[in-house]
Amino acid sequence: MSEEWIPLTGLGPGQVGVVRQLAGGRGFVARLASLGFAPGVEVQMLQNFGHGPLIVLVRDTRVALGRGEAMKVLVEAMPHDQ
Amino acid sequence: MTNNQIRNQITVALAGQPNVGKSTVFNLLTGLSQHVGNWPGKTVEQKTGVYDHNGTRVHIVDLPGTYSLTANSLEERIARDYIIREQPDVVVAIADASALERNLYLLAELLSLPAPVVLALNMIDVAEQQGMRIEPHVLEAALGLPVVPMVATKGQGVRGLMEAVDRVSKNTAAYAPSRPEIRADHQAVLAQIQRLIAGAVPEPYPEDWVALKLLEGDEEITSMMRERLDEDRWQEVHTILMQHEDAILAVAGGRYEWIGRMVRAAVVRPRIGQVTLTDRVDRYATHPFWGLLILLGMLGLVFWLTYTVGAPLQELLDTYLVQAGAEWVRSALSGAPAWLVGLLADGVIGGAGMVITFLPILVIFFAALGFLEDVGYMARAAYVMDRFMHLMGLHGKSFLPLFLGFGCNVPAVMGTRIVDSPRARLLTILLAPLVPCTARMAVVAVLAPIFFGRSAALVSWGLVGLSLALLATTGWLLHEFVLGGEHVAFIMELPLYHLPNARTIGLSVLQRTVAFLRKAGSIILVVSVIVWALSTLPGGEIESSYLADIGRLLAPLGGLMGLGWRMMVALLTSFVAKENTIATLGVLYSAGEEGARLAKVLAGVLKPAAALAFMAVQMLFIPCVATVATVRQETASWRWTAFSVALLLVVSFTVGIVIYQGAMLVGWGV
Repeated sequence: MSEEWIPLTGLGPGQVGVVRQLAGGRGFVARLASLGFAPGVEVQMLQNFGHGPLIVLVRDTRVALGRGEAMKVLVEAMPHDQ
Repeated sequence: MTNNQIRNQITVALAGQPNVGKSTVFNLLTGLSQHVGNWPGKTVEQKTGVYDHNGTRVHIVDLPGTYSLTANSLEERIARDYIIREQPDVVVAIADASALERNLYLLAELLSLPAPVVLALNMIDVAEQQGMRIEPHVLEAALGLPVVPMVATKGQGVRGLMEAVDRVSKNTAAYAPSRPEIRADHQAVLAQIQRLIAGAVPEPYPEDWVALKLLEGDEEITSMMRERLDEDRWQEVHTILMQHEDAILAVAGGRYEWIGRMVRAAVVRPRIGQVTLTDRVDRYATHPFWGLLILLGMLGLVFWLTYTVGAPLQELLDTYLVQAGAEWVRSALSGAPAWLVGLLADGVIGGAGMVITFLPILVIFFAALGFLEDVGYMARAAYVMDRFMHLMGLHGKSFLPLFLGFGCNVPAVMGTRIVDSPRARLLTILLAPLVPCTARMAVVAVLAPIFFGRSAALVSWGLVGLSLALLATTGWLLHEFVLGGEHVAFIMELPLYHLPNARTIGLSVLQRTVAFLRKAGSIILVVSVIVWALSTLPGGEIESSYLADIGRLLAPLGGLMGLGWRMMVALLTSFVAKENTIATLGVLYSAGEEGARLAKVLAGVLKPAAALAFMAVQMLFIPCVATVATVRQETASWRWTAFSVALLLVVSFTVGIVIYQGAMLVGWGV
């Protein structure tokens, strides 16, 4: 299944994905977790211009992430009409 | 419990994630009884206050706002250390009802600490606007602890909250909440660690909590247990920890599973896909182009307000309070010795007046800042600025402290604590003094019209632009060549926009202004008197004073910028407080505190090229002594402090010389 996991940066605006893996050090993962990220949670991309930071909606929270950080969040993209 | 009086006092700690309205709740409870200080031995702000409830005196301690209680940041350490070591009677966890699941993550952490918790469900109205319906009673039954719905901005729910706190504090035996557990696949490992550390955990740390923190990879707890356990035992623990390096996911996952069970029956929510006000505004406010325009507009508006409302008010205060005061002193002491009249009228009132006339500008600035913070815009500013900050090896979060620098460099340097990486933090600290603070801008606001008349606004904006351009260049150079490029993580919540709360903004303005007065009031007054004394001693003549001697020593350097010794002395005194530049010029050109006379004298003494050089140097010069002291405190290094001072000396004098010599070359303003 892991071939279908893509980095969060791969989600287009409005697209929904399910978080599958948080890569990176414990400190980084702990910070992501405290803002709502954990395996299994649904995230919706709000802003992604293909460059620069992006904004996702996770557990009713808008979280801004740098692209480097977003690369470490692996998601499974959901079909467009949900 | 020696007598009744003591039995009627309890201590309550307020915990909560950022942006949940915690300070609104705190202000509501404590009003003007609050005391703002620092956490013992730390530089993080600590607010305490009292609330009287049915004869019980409730001491309220506002913990720093944190998303979790891992030892990731100083704030998180302070919050959890307070609960573990001081053991408050009750902890109130304040949650934003409109993002309940994420907010309950902190509650999940609080529940494994040894203090009973009451959950304040704030912003119920916001949640309803988002289409969510929350049943506090259902949540209360699931959690097994009191849940109090609140709308703190409207003052709703305070009594209910304090009644719940009272109930819990009087009957701790009945407190038996549901607690989260680690995900099932890691329960055996957790139990194993618990067995290994049993008996070795120091008081007052709870054993199961320490075991959990070890699995989470908490650095503070890990090093504590490495010291406590004997070598063999530690090796055993360490081996298990190494085998389960991703255990943090099991801990966090377990917490969110528990949260899911808790809220399932209590929350009815709309389907995803609703477009809210925040989404509509953010379409522009966080847009790479429109967002930048909006940010520039905001900054422009703040400055426009400062100049058009603040400056006239400043003049009124100066005329009717400061000058009138000096006149009164002169006439009241007409028989007294000349030195005493001079000391009081020129030294003391001149200095105190400087502080007083600053208030309008500061209040406007703090109000604007408080407003932007309160409505939720500041995080957008950080987001929009992120791409630019990256050029300097910083991320958007460094923008916030630097932005604070427009008010005062001291909070800017202190505000760098929100920057997670120590290296990025150091860079932000080094750059902060290049942000023109209110005090420097006030000096510019006084000097620009004197020298440049109608073009004053243009010159002021140009100087701000110059400062920021130099900030960017210096940042890039330091990042590339001194500190060596390294990437910093950018993760930040963008809170929902909401209506500003006058009380919250008002109190923040009051606290910041009082803090400024405390610092400025004493320092500026003392320096004003010292400068007056230096300029009078030993003979009573300015031309032959000690201050003149120092200024003349620096005259060759000043000559490169077209500046005489008096201007150099004015720069020197600005080290103690920026506002002194004008006070010193006033004393040195014996124009006293009369603005018009000083203007006439100065305009006659300085040619435009030298005036421009002076204003540029003044903008970029070493920050005031309070800022330098803060830099030392925050970097904990005299070397970096000296580096910061030397850097600014080089930058400011280089720019001054380039401006003056450049103007000479093209034949402008000489």
